[in-house]
Order: sequence, then structure tokens, then C-alpha cells
Amino acid sequence: MMDKFGFSISKGRQINYESNDRSIAEYISEKEPTFRLCIECGGCSATCTTGNFTSFSLREINILLKRGENEQVKNNIRKCMLCGKCSLVCPRGVNTRNVVTLAIQAFHNSAGHAV
Amino acid sequence: MDKHVIIIGGGIAGLEAGSKLSGQGYKVSLYEKSNRTGGHLNDWYKLFPDRRNSSEVIEYFKKIVSDSGLKIFQDTSIERIKENGNGFSIYSDKGEEVEADVIVIATGFDLFKSSRKEEYGYGIYDNVISSSDLEAMFRAGEVVRSDGKHPKRTGFVHCVGSRDEKVGNLYCSKLCCVTAVKQAIEVKELDPDAKVYCFYMDMRMGGAYYEELYREAQEEWGISFIRGKVSEVGETIDNNLIVKVEDTLLGRPLKLELDMLVLMAGMEMSEPGEKLAKASFLKTGENKFFASADHHFGSNLSSIKGVFLAGTCTMPMNITETISHARAVVPDVIDYLEKKG
Repeated sequence: MMDKFGFSISKGRQINYESNDRSIAEYISEKEPTFRLCIECGGCSATCTTGNFTSFSLREINILLKRGENEQVKNNIRKCMLCGKCSLVCPRGVNTRNVVTLAIQAFHNSAGHAV
Repeated sequence: MDKHVIIIGGGIAGLEAGSKLSGQGYKVSLYEKSNRTGGHLNDWYKLFPDRRNSSEVIEYFKKIVSDSGLKIFQDTSIERIKENGNGFSIYSDKGEEVEADVIVIATGFDLFKSSRKEEYGYGIYDNVISSSDLEAMFRAGEVVRSDGKHPKRTGFVHCVGSRDEKVGNLYCSKLCCVTAVKQAIEVKELDPDAKVYCFYMDMRMGGAYYEELYREAQEEWGISFIRGKVSEVGETIDNNLIVKVEDTLLGRPLKLELDMLVLMAGMEMSEPGEKLAKASFLKTGENKFFASADHHFGSNLSSIKGVFLAGTCTMPMNITETISHARAVVPDVIDYLEKKG
């Protein structure tokens, strides 16, 4: 066994937009066009009960999906309790609850990944 | 009514103020440095927010000028204004001296020279163009890269030369955001399959129907908005562009390859305006534009009584605001002349 000296290689943090898979966002966008209208104000996250107790942020989930950073979303999206308070505060009329539902569905459909 | 009014600058502010004053019966002479009037309007194809063809607005100015009897002298730069007893003398680049009772400065703005932001590669990389270059392409009917191909991935960099103290401009030019949105939509109209990205610091859509246009860009055209200031642009071997930006909403760096990059050049005090201000001892502000005597009540008054200001020589303005500001100078000039007797 080799000794570990406490060194490791950091994983790159850069978003590689070209090679990321943005099909989940495209799926949501097609079924729920208001998804495109988000201006990242964070109103949804501020009112979110889940967000007040965990690191869950719908604002962040929106943009992660659009950039194709799906892994982080996949591990988090189930925290949403679908209460729908977010859609009440959204200034752009995004059907946020449906966005979450569609995202869950899309992950479920894609390559048989059960979320 | 034998009073003589001189207007310096034949852009839309000068034409509007000149025509209106001429219509009031004053003798008005307008001096324009180039061989055409209308200024920057000539370089723009369609206007925000309703995408009206700029030629319609140019036609309006042609009509008001011909109806008013305004006298226009082209190819003449005015280099200095001097107080001269009861009035003013102006001096042109041709050595002429002309006397007037009142001067209206309407020297307008210059578009920021994008090559000054070297890190974006304007004038270095073939497919980095400015917002006004893109307008010329729209007028020609197609957007093409240097290799003759149509770009499939186009990016717009907001705030080029605005809100940037590195180039000495602290202020927001306020029209570039909506212009970027308009041009992004126009790129999509020409090629609905193209991907379009806007890189912005803040979306400053503070004008009538600007926000609506932004919403349309998102909803109908699927344009992507990425919040972050582009830090640098590189070029690939096939003349594509690699853009580096922080996605500030995720707090992570992002890399993107594009076929074409458009730089949204801001507005600056015009060079002739700057020279005129210096030579005539007229005050300018921190933003280098002509300083108004009072920000609220005297935005058409300069630091010298009898010398007035109209339009974008005072700050960035859109066409509607420029016309309103130019109209507002008319009663100020009349008041001054009547009091002067």
C-alpha cells in the first residue's frame, strides 16, 4: 500500500457548456415554455420551505439545468415538497412546480435513471 | 426676429432643434462636420423596441428640415466658440468666423472604439465584430463570418466601454442592453436554428417596452442570458472564439465556443465635442460629456449663458429622449433671446 500524503487532484470547476448534456432543460422548456422566462431573481428560493432548512434552491436548479449541470440537480430535486409557494411569488409567471415535476420525469426517462 | 442661432452638429438633436427654431422665425444655421446629416441614425438598420426601419425616422427629419428652411452647412467642423461683446463668434476648421446671438451644441456621441478592450480581440480576431458592424450586416440582409459562412453560435458581450473604469467610463450607456436583445432576436429571425447567448452584468431594460422585448427574447426566441462579464476571448485554429466568463449565478467559471462574437459598444462624449469644450472653456462632467448648468432644471443650459446643449452631447440617450431634449432647448433659447432684447 502506498502512503497517502494528503495530496489530491481537484476536479475542474469550469462549466464546459459545449460538452454538457442540456437535454433535460430542453425537455422541460418544450413541455413548460415558461421555464425560459426565469430571470434568476431568487424569489422562489426565498419563500421555499425546503430551502429554509436545507441547501435546496430552485433558482439554482433552474440555471444548473440550463447549463447542463444535471448531476447536482438529480441529487437535490427530490427535496421539493411540491407545495407551490414558489409559483405564487414568481414575477415572471414561471410554473415552477411543473418545472420540478418535469425535471423529475425527465431524469426518470433518461437512460433509466430512477431519481 | 433678425436674431441668428447657430447649431453645431447635424445629428437628430441638431436637426430637431434647428428646424423648430427656424420654424419660429429665427435665422438658423446648422454646421455639420461630415457630408451627411442624421448622424449615427444612418448606421442603424432597425430601431428598438418596435424594430421600425430607421429610414422612416430619417424621412421625418428630411421633411422637417425642408419644411423649416433651416440652412445647413456640411463638411464644416466648429472648433471654438468665443464670447464676443453682445453675442458669440464661432470658428470653423476652414478658418471662417461667423457671428451669432445664440449657440446650440448638438455634437452628439461617439461609439466606444471596441479595440480599446484588447482582451475581446476586436481588430485581432476575424469574427469579433461590433454592434454597429452587425447593423451593417443586417442592412445587407445576411450575417456572415470572415470565411463566408453563417454563424451558428453567436454571443453578445454587454457593457463594452461602459461601467468600466479601466477605460475611464464609470457610467452605464443604458441603450446597449436593449440593443443586444434586439440584435439577438434579429440573429434568430435570420436563422431560427442558431444559438444566441448574451453575456451581461445587469440587464438594464429601463425604457418603454424594453422589458417586453427581453421577455420576447426569452420566450419566443430561446435566447440564453448568462450573467457575467467576459474576461477574455481566445481564437481556435478555425477562427472560432473561446469565451471565458464566470456564470455568476452559479459562482463557477464557464467556457463556451462561438462562431461569432458581437461587442455592444457604449456611448462616449464625441471627440469633436471634447475639443470644442476645451477650446471654448465649456464645463464637462466626470463622464466627459458636456455638463449641464442644473441637472434637474437646466439640462439644456451649458456653463456659458447663451450657449445651449441638446441631445447626446450631455449623456447617453435614445432617439425618443434625444428628440425630446432637442425640443426642450427651443423655449430656453427663445426666453434667452427675448430677455436679451
